[in-house]
Amino acid sequence: MSGYFEGVLVLLAINVVFAYGAYLPLAAGQLNLGIAGFAAVGAYGSAYLSDTFAIHPILAIPIGAMFAGLIALLVAVPVLRTRGIYLALATFAVGQIVRAAILNLEFLGGAAGYPVSAFVGLPVVLGFALAVIVVVMVLFATRFGIALRAVQDDERVADLMGVEVRGFQMAAFILGAAVAGIGGGLYAHHFSYIEAQYFNIGLSISIVLYVLLGGTQTAWGPLIGATVFTLLPELLRGSASLRYVVFAAGVIVLMALRPQGLLTRATIQRLFDWRNPPIPGVPMASGRGQ
Amino acid sequence: MLLNVRDLDVRYGRVHAVKAMSLNLAAGEVVAVLGANGAGKSSLLRALLGIERIAGGRVEFDGKDVTSWPASRRVKEGLVLVPEGRRAINALTVEENLLMGAYNRRLTSAVKKEVDEVYDRFPNLAARRKSRAVVLSGGEQQMLAIGRGLLAAPKLMMLDEPSLGLSPRLSEEVFVAIGELSREKNITILLVEQNTHRALEIAGRAYVVELGRVVAVGSPETLMSDGTMLEAYLGQGKATSAMSKRLKVAS
Repeated sequence: MSGYFEGVLVLLAINVVFAYGAYLPLAAGQLNLGIAGFAAVGAYGSAYLSDTFAIHPILAIPIGAMFAGLIALLVAVPVLRTRGIYLALATFAVGQIVRAAILNLEFLGGAAGYPVSAFVGLPVVLGFALAVIVVVMVLFATRFGIALRAVQDDERVADLMGVEVRGFQMAAFILGAAVAGIGGGLYAHHFSYIEAQYFNIGLSISIVLYVLLGGTQTAWGPLIGATVFTLLPELLRGSASLRYVVFAAGVIVLMALRPQGLLTRATIQRLFDWRNPPIPGVPMASGRGQ
Repeated sequence: MLLNVRDLDVRYGRVHAVKAMSLNLAAGEVVAVLGANGAGKSSLLRALLGIERIAGGRVEFDGKDVTSWPASRRVKEGLVLVPEGRRAINALTVEENLLMGAYNRRLTSAVKKEVDEVYDRFPNLAARRKSRAVVLSGGEQQMLAIGRGLLAAPKLMMLDEPSLGLSPRLSEEVFVAIGELSREKNITILLVEQNTHRALEIAGRAYVVELGRVVAVGSPETLMSDGTMLEAYLGQGKATSAMSKRLKVAS
């Protein structure tokens, strides 16, 4: 396998993990623009553990993810009191605080960055990515997934059915942060060097874009979105400096033509359930209320 | 008593929506709460479910003081609301909506059997089980809302304006279904309705509420005959003979 191809695969796997980190809260109706901050906690946390205490990365990465989840738990109470655009701003602020904190922490290298000596190769990265995909898929095949979608669609009705809406939103937020932390840990241990500047708002926005462009309706959306939008700039490499222009134009066209994302539940139903096609929305004769 | 409410108060800021309401339901009863718009009927149901803060009073359900319980715990206990306007979860399929009803129960074969029972009762839903709830008609959405309520294994099912926005024929179907649930499954029913006539046909007792207070309680016959209904709907002293004639015709 060529080094280039391997590099692209690693990037793809890490982006998929990041995307699931953003997807979990989005599936409960929350936009987390601080996702890069939680990735940073996972990256620095696991790197510090593997460096200082010589803990094997395969163990250090999940522990780093737990740090990220813990930070999320601490900020969830005040942050999740806000909604919509304010929630996005509050999570953005959390991400900035994490970055500022790292820049000022001597033992994490501050602005000079942090070299990571332990290394994980492609198989470990792919293994973690696969585990994240499987866990999220299984989670969304259960009633947890149905309940999350119910919360996203209509919090107040979910409430009527006895769903602890706030508990679900907290769980999705914290779990998402931990998943992003895994992505951060993988990044740190594969690229052997991390700096606070990498985990900036641009990274958060890219991750959220993967999810939105892939579609939030199904757990396959983030996988498709991250895959397409990691590989697309690589395929466009031939056009050199123009490739980001082409890429950006593609994003805008997709947003205009398919705001629900590449993959929707209806698409999946058509793909996998062709023997029982969904009954199209035939209007009923009478009684259309409200 | 399955439900025992004492001096319930609900306030929205300075608006006192429910004022010292007391009511009780024995197991197996069908009880209607009647009253004009803004009388506090929906607030009462929401407070009973626990999604509206109770400002005062006490709610006892199935022998337990549930006044300070969160909604999730009350639902688990069998206190279930079929909300006004149906409120299907549009992003989910019909079947997923039903399963959400059983959210607080373990997903056993009993639950799956009950889903099939709902399909037997409402065949329209069976035909659309894989469709998203958004494609349902108003009548089907009401069936779905009732089916979803049933999946919560209710001891008491509270229905908020189930006939609202439905054609007369569909309202009729909904009321027939509610009557059947009470008879066949022995579910206690607390029904809030604007459609007084239909509600009194299936109810054994009714409370009449006006501006947040219970102003009368009794059997359908007494309430219809003594003019209390007219006063509650039209305001004291405003029940002109022309209006009373019209109401009598309507019933």
